[in-house]
Amino acid sequence: MVLNLKTSIVAVAVVAFIAFLAWGLVNSGDGGIADGEPVPTATLPTLPPGGEGSLEDYRGEWVLLNVWASWCIPCREESPALDRFERENRDRVTVLGIDTRDLTDDALAFLEEYRITYDQLRDASGEYADDLETTGVPESFLVDPDGNLVAHFPGPFRDLAEVEEFAAPALASAGPAGGGATGS
Amino acid sequence: MKVPTRVRAVLGAVLVVAVTVAAPAASSGENAPAAATAAQATGSTGSQAVAPRANLPDLEDEVMCPICGTLLGLSRAPAAERQRVFMRRLIAEGKTGQQIKDALVAEYGPQVLALPDDEDTNFWVYVVPPAGLIIAALAVLWAAIRWRRNRDPGDSQGPDRGSAGPSGADSSRLDRDLADYDL
Repeated sequence: MVLNLKTSIVAVAVVAFIAFLAWGLVNSGDGGIADGEPVPTATLPTLPPGGEGSLEDYRGEWVLLNVWASWCIPCREESPALDRFERENRDRVTVLGIDTRDLTDDALAFLEEYRITYDQLRDASGEYADDLETTGVPESFLVDPDGNLVAHFPGPFRDLAEVEEFAAPALASAGPAGGGATGS
Repeated sequence: MKVPTRVRAVLGAVLVVAVTVAAPAASSGENAPAAATAAQATGSTGSQAVAPRANLPDLEDEVMCPICGTLLGLSRAPAAERQRVFMRRLIAEGKTGQQIKDALVAEYGPQVLALPDDEDTNFWVYVVPPAGLIIAALAVLWAAIRWRRNRDPGDSQGPDRGSAGPSGADSSRLDRDLADYDL
């Protein structure tokens, strides 16, 4: 069978279009950072304002990175459990909040309302949340002392037990409370 | 009873003076509830109402919702509602549209603006689309001219496929069909 030029061009265009769609489908996948990969870092302003900080500052410690926003209802729901986890395990795991795409005053009011005292960084534009490949808020990342991802938790923690289960590798590795942060 | 002309003149003058004095007072009384409502909406407790220098619907078309990727005016997301509250407060404080946009940039970063600024690479944002349109228009014009040339029987350039017409069996069948419809 001999195809003329016009038919060939149309066929190539159709094949290219289908290949493009397939490529998009394959690459959309789960997205996100794979376990064991380095977690992106960025220097961000602190919350309350006045300084700067980065995940990199916590190298050598286990970090539970929690991305949140004051307008996010599930973030409100998980806050008590997260705060309690932090108070009970601060010697073994550092909880670091990333407030994203939020108003400063709203975020400060949120921290005051829930009496959250752990470190917070402010990702005003949401670029860092994009770097982390989050799909919404809240999302949490367990980062080992070398800065690599150990576990990812999209969505809110329902209770303290769920936070502890998520952070189990850190709790197991760092030993009993009071032992301080350890390298891996 | 007949009222003397002089008394009627005095009463008329009193009436005119009363109306003149009462009108502005009534007018300011009409504005008072509006000002109170505005202060209530913004949570302002101050007694001095500031005249707004921007309005929310206009600004909603010039800034983005921080999480939706759409204009603020198209979003009802919780984050967008908080952004609106923030903007209403600044409007009530008498801030201009530009001051409000600057405040939004300070809060959310430059991505919050629906239109890019005039600096650096954003220059190309304004140049590339019109240039693309002009190139596309020229391409269409060129194709149209070329098509007309190919259809023109007097054109000596290239094969004249447009003027060949049917021949042989097709021509006779065409004549038969036309004759069938000849009323």
